[in-house]
Amino acid sequence: MRWLIATLAAVLVGLTAGAVRAETLIAAMSSHQIQITSNYTGSQLTVFGLVERDGRTVARGDPYDIIVTVRGPRRMLLVREKERLGPIWINRTQRRFADNPVFLHVATNRPIAEMMSNETARRDRIGLVNAERPSGDWVDLDPGARRFRESLVRIMQGKGLYDYEERGVTFLSSAMFSSPVDIPATAPTGSYTVDIVLYSGGVPLARQQTNFEVIKTGIEQRLASGAYDWAVLYGLATILLALFLGWGASVIFRRD
Amino acid sequence: MQIYLPIAELPISVLMVLGLSGAVGFISGLFGVGGGFLLTPLLIFLDIPPAVAVATVAAQVAGSSMTGVLTYLRRKALDLKLGGVLVSGGIVGTVLGVLFFNTMKRLGQLELVITLSYVTLFSIIGGLMLYDALRAMLRVRAGKPARLKRRGGMHPWWMGLPFRVRFYRSGLYCSVVPIALLAVIIGFIGAVLGVGGGFILVPGLIYFFRIPPAVVVGTSLFQILVTMTGATLLHAVTNQSVDIVLAVLLLLGGVIGAQFGGRAARNLNVESFRLLLALLILSVGLRFAIELFIPPSEPFSVVVPESAR
Repeated sequence: MRWLIATLAAVLVGLTAGAVRAETLIAAMSSHQIQITSNYTGSQLTVFGLVERDGRTVARGDPYDIIVTVRGPRRMLLVREKERLGPIWINRTQRRFADNPVFLHVATNRPIAEMMSNETARRDRIGLVNAERPSGDWVDLDPGARRFRESLVRIMQGKGLYDYEERGVTFLSSAMFSSPVDIPATAPTGSYTVDIVLYSGGVPLARQQTNFEVIKTGIEQRLASGAYDWAVLYGLATILLALFLGWGASVIFRRD
Repeated sequence: MQIYLPIAELPISVLMVLGLSGAVGFISGLFGVGGGFLLTPLLIFLDIPPAVAVATVAAQVAGSSMTGVLTYLRRKALDLKLGGVLVSGGIVGTVLGVLFFNTMKRLGQLELVITLSYVTLFSIIGGLMLYDALRAMLRVRAGKPARLKRRGGMHPWWMGLPFRVRFYRSGLYCSVVPIALLAVIIGFIGAVLGVGGGFILVPGLIYFFRIPPAVVVGTSLFQILVTMTGATLLHAVTNQSVDIVLAVLLLLGGVIGAQFGGRAARNLNVESFRLLLALLILSVGLRFAIELFIPPSEPFSVVVPESAR
């Protein structure tokens, strides 16, 4: 009898848990590797995703919102500000952003401002400016830090390395979506992470992470690794080639 | 047509690079300057990382000065003895320059030092040359000889310093001390600014030592050839920033341009040669001055420190 009650209780607990079970996200990349060859001029990938729900998933009053954030390899970045010193303009203040992605792409199905409040976006690190916000409130109390971060984002956007597509996610059905990611040719080689978050009514419901990498292949890869592994030989080969071309030109163009 | 550069890590238009290096090569052949002071800022403007631009231009300059050296050697317009003195002084200067470069880099003011040196150096040298060239032109207009005749026995005091050596091909009998000093200064400036220094060497040899321009150009190219070959190897070994694909493209345009430049130099009279070189140097100085004095539209800049590569 006691055994029966225990089982019933367990089933009940399971059912209640099932009733509040949220959606799950399934995501896939069209490719996990971008290969750089000599005619490489950038590439495009697509993130595909599915919001999975079953019979026990609660009905939502608000529509689904998807935010895709792609982060490239991390480097230390220096942001400098020019200030006036007498008649000339020179770099005076600088801030270092340790471990900052050199490539950042954010795509959403509608503007972030329509999905959630500014506070939520800041807390959950949604959007170009918030994506790399360090934890802690002191960051927002220091106006300088925000100014430098905003300048960093603006300049990187100008270079095409940071990018926000406010309608970059398309719902193919009520639960299935896709989002193209443009990788410019100047994006660095290395591994990239793709974070996909599902929101509804300003509340995060599910998240999923996947990744891809950008690598050099063929002759490009051999030259690049040769420059590192055989530095002296590589240097001598470049010099010989340079002198040979110089000599060749003087022979070809010789008239006197 | 675009080609991907393996070390610079970006694609670049082949035709644009060929055109650019061809034009710079023409100027290089015309004036006997390496052309690095024009090519390096242009490549950085095309988004090529500064370290890669400086190192790859060194290889390009080595190759294109090779062509010039061979041409001048055949015409017997190259003073190997003078070149040897310049090279040894240049090595000392380069070492001092690299030490200074690293100190400024540590202090975080390297960029300012480079911009200020470009502005002052190019404005002063360009201005002096322009003044001299214009004065000579006015004298020609007035029917007088272009410049005052050199009177026998009248030599500047520095040529009479100890250790006098006879440089036959240059028609020079002069102390090696001021020549070596000039070479040290040029090596120093070259290492700090990442340029060969031909644009200082050529007017320096013409004005201070009165060596015939034809010999000056050949000898200057020889000095540049040796310095830049060493610089290429140093860059390749210490920071792996020589892009061989970019170097070949720059060379193809550069050596062809230099051939036409060298040919054009023969049809150019000395006075217009000086005037053009003065204007060229002055305009590069002005370009950097604008950067320094005009309020920037974007006061912020983002740098990826090279060590992070």
